[in-house]
Amino acid sequence: MTLANYLVLAAILFTIGAVGVLVRRNAIVVFMCIELMLNSVNLTLVTFARATGTVDGQIMAFFVMVVAAAEVVVGLAIIMSIYRTRRSASVDDANLLKY
Amino acid sequence: MPVEVLPADGLLAASWLLIALPLAGAAVLLLGGRRTDRWGHLLGTATVVAAFVLGVLCTIQLGGLDERSVDVDLFTFISAGDLDVRAGLLYDPLSAVFVLLITGVGSLIHIYSIGYMAHDPARRRFFAYLNLFVAAMLLLVLGNSFVALYVGWEGVGLASYLLIAFWFTRPAAATAAKKAFIMNRVGDVGLALAIFLMFARLGTTSFEGVFGGVGTLAGGTVTAMGLLLLLGACGKSGQFPLQAWLPDAMEGPTPVSALIHAATMVTAGVYLIARSAPIYDLTETASTVVMLIGALTLLIGAIAGCAYDDIKKVLAYSTVSQIGYMFLAVGLGPVGYVAGLAHLLAHGFFKAGLFLGAGSVMHAMNDEVDMRRFGGLWKKLPITFATFGLGYLALIGFPFLSGYFTKDAIIEATFDRGDTLGYALGGVAVLAAGLTAFYMTRLMLMTFFGRPRWEPGAHPHEAPRVMTVPMIVLAVGSVGAGFALVQAFPLSTWLEPVFGEPEEAEHVIAPLTISVLLTVVMALGVLLAWLFVGRREVPVIAPARVSPVVRAARNALYADAVNESLFMRPGQWLTRALVFFDNRGVDGAVNGLAATLGGSSSRLGRAQTGFVRTYALGMLGGAVLVAGALLAVTAG
Amino acid sequence: MTQTLGAGEAVVFWVLGPIALAGALGMVFSRNAVHSALWLVNTMLAFGVFYVVQQAPFLGAVQIIVYTGAIMILFLFVLMLVGRDTSDSVVETLRGQRVAATVLGVAFAALVGAGIARATQDLPAGGLGNEGGPANIPAIAELLFTKYLLAFEVTSALLITAAVGAMVLAHIEREPDSRRTQKELSRARFLTSNHPQTLPGPGVFARANSVAVPAILPDGTRSEASLATGIEPEEPDQMRRPTGREELGSRDAALGTLDPAPLDGNDR
Repeated sequence: MTLANYLVLAAILFTIGAVGVLVRRNAIVVFMCIELMLNSVNLTLVTFARATGTVDGQIMAFFVMVVAAAEVVVGLAIIMSIYRTRRSASVDDANLLKY
Repeated sequence: MPVEVLPADGLLAASWLLIALPLAGAAVLLLGGRRTDRWGHLLGTATVVAAFVLGVLCTIQLGGLDERSVDVDLFTFISAGDLDVRAGLLYDPLSAVFVLLITGVGSLIHIYSIGYMAHDPARRRFFAYLNLFVAAMLLLVLGNSFVALYVGWEGVGLASYLLIAFWFTRPAAATAAKKAFIMNRVGDVGLALAIFLMFARLGTTSFEGVFGGVGTLAGGTVTAMGLLLLLGACGKSGQFPLQAWLPDAMEGPTPVSALIHAATMVTAGVYLIARSAPIYDLTETASTVVMLIGALTLLIGAIAGCAYDDIKKVLAYSTVSQIGYMFLAVGLGPVGYVAGLAHLLAHGFFKAGLFLGAGSVMHAMNDEVDMRRFGGLWKKLPITFATFGLGYLALIGFPFLSGYFTKDAIIEATFDRGDTLGYALGGVAVLAAGLTAFYMTRLMLMTFFGRPRWEPGAHPHEAPRVMTVPMIVLAVGSVGAGFALVQAFPLSTWLEPVFGEPEEAEHVIAPLTISVLLTVVMALGVLLAWLFVGRREVPVIAPARVSPVVRAARNALYADAVNESLFMRPGQWLTRALVFFDNRGVDGAVNGLAATLGGSSSRLGRAQTGFVRTYALGMLGGAVLVAGALLAVTAG
Repeated sequence: MTQTLGAGEAVVFWVLGPIALAGALGMVFSRNAVHSALWLVNTMLAFGVFYVVQQAPFLGAVQIIVYTGAIMILFLFVLMLVGRDTSDSVVETLRGQRVAATVLGVAFAALVGAGIARATQDLPAGGLGNEGGPANIPAIAELLFTKYLLAFEVTSALLITAAVGAMVLAHIEREPDSRRTQKELSRARFLTSNHPQTLPGPGVFARANSVAVPAILPDGTRSEASLATGIEPEEPDQMRRPTGREELGSRDAALGTLDPAPLDGNDR
């Protein structure tokens, strides 16, 4: 059991989040997958903070959290306003930019 | 024999006017356009007559000089670094003779054309082209270097093309002009290569330089030069294998045939070989080839001339044959140059006269050329008959007329070689003389004698005076030229500065024997013609069932067929293959490239599905690739 | 890595790791969006514990309070407003998307995991010492307000902007006169409906606790509005009225007596 375990776990969770973004069609669930990815990155940062013995990693993770919060707020507001006009929250409905 | 060439002074210094006058005439008439239509023909004739007068005066002055060769330096043609090519004229006896021939016969034909082309709306253009021709031909014979000669050479080729296709709306005329030009071109390649060779080996193309330095060259080079010059001469003079264009050139107006294709342009080849005498004196091989070509063409022309019904074509083949005589002569070596040139001058007179006479007959018979539609014209066209008759007698070698003297000289010189080649070629020449008598007599009988077989509505009438006077002058020349040139004022003496002392050759066969032999052969030819043609009724429609020999002769010994199968068809296949390759290959490649790009772009465009998830998939794929690459780099 | 970690931490890791993993997988694969959100909450809680174990107590607390408590709840709110009914169909509309996503995901995980594992083989676990424990907050504060001050200020501006932006985006613009006033509403009610007065609250006229028992209006009729749909109305067993007109005989008897009510049923 070493610190690498945490890193591998974070990598796996990141991948699951990435696959979730690709596979789910509900916009809000996609958003949640992105949150999962951010969280796994946070875990990585904290692990490396512990490894290097400085608190900088934790502060970076802190900032990530703050920004994630802001992003979620704005993103959900956007999804809501889209839903109001288009009556649909599926990401596949925004497909006009094609050949 | 290089003779001291003097710089010109006096009138000779103005000899460039000989070229400039007709050239200016051509320029005025071509650039002036329809405004000059009313007096264009007069201007055209005046320039050539003026040139003739100037030529006579220059020649007289030349004759008075001790060293009768004069160089007229004009200007620098090319000056590039070490290369300094000067343009100038060489007025020596040989060129003087030609100048007189060109301008003299030219003037007569210009005067004749005033009448002949009187009803043609494009008469002015005709005179412009004739002037252009005279200017180019004079440059050809007066130039003092091979390059100047080449400029004139090309000029006469151009003028010939323009004049053959004078009635360019006729497809036959346009085709004939193209054929003439292209076959000339083939010959011109030979001349150009010879000039390149001279330049490469000797560094100069002026006559002085070349003839002075040719002795230092290797034998093979000199032979090559000789053969290449011969190729050029064959193209211009219509000798085998490039003889097929000359009969087709009869599509042009008759004065053109008389001037260009009888008296002057076709003799340019003989001039070239005579001028290049120092080269041919050094190479036995090339001279022999010249002789062989001459003899062969002599025979071909004579055989073909027997079977044609078109009066102009018969005369054309006669020209081909007579120039063969000249080639035979100049190929003989020092003894033959003078003889060949004498025959050239005499031939100029009587052939031009014969063509003008034929023109007069055509003019009378509404431009009909088929001899089967003539007959019994001696009563209606007395002057034409008389002049034509004198020319005919001169051509066949009737005793004491022109041809008698000049042809005899050639055949004498041929036999005087003494070897088997001499006998063989002499025999061929004698045979051809007989054939010449045969076909010319046939022509006379079909045209002037017998029952009239005219088209209904034909009113043969004598030509106007403007046409008959030149014919009479030429007839006089036909009669007396031979005697004058060979016996009275020997050409050999006049041309001494060019060809050296005339040697008295050892006669293998006595000259008298040869003369008698030729006369007998001539009489035999006339008799046979009278037997086959004169005694029977001439059928109006040419008989279809004839012997293979006659059929071959009617097709000019299949020269055209050979040309077509050897050159035209492969050329056509080549062009078709190139077109095919261009369409499929080049266009295919270009269009294929465009199609490929278009197709691949539309196929690639399908990657833009519009779905965000597809793009996210692409991003993840890219991230995988980057991670893999990083690992590979750090691990490897 | 040369330094292995303690057994307690190992236990925590091996217990919570699979839980976090299961939460992630559940979030991705569950059909109902609300279920996905709950699975994610599960994962985030596990993360919070991880942070605490990794000597980042402040961050762990913030994770649970902010991330799980605020952000995920926000997600749930929006799900309720928007996406509750929109459950994904099982059929994938893009051909090969799932296969490609799975393949690429596995490849990515393998590459990154293997790469990290190899690269961090000799990573010493320095440990944060005191700063990972009691002195964590002062340490964070010290760095936050000196070294990362600019980032801090910018982030706060970002938060304000985000909040304002969200309000702008979520705002519904109504036209000035589109809202009906109270006067219009009551006039409409009086003109059209049967009950111009306010209706009584539930249970005022009810006779029993059962939803199957209809209520009785003051005049003794059954209230049709109280009938529940889909249920057969029942009449309950009526309790004996302690005093009534039949029993007492006179009107004044309704005033009642001082005697206690009899215990047995109907007979007196």
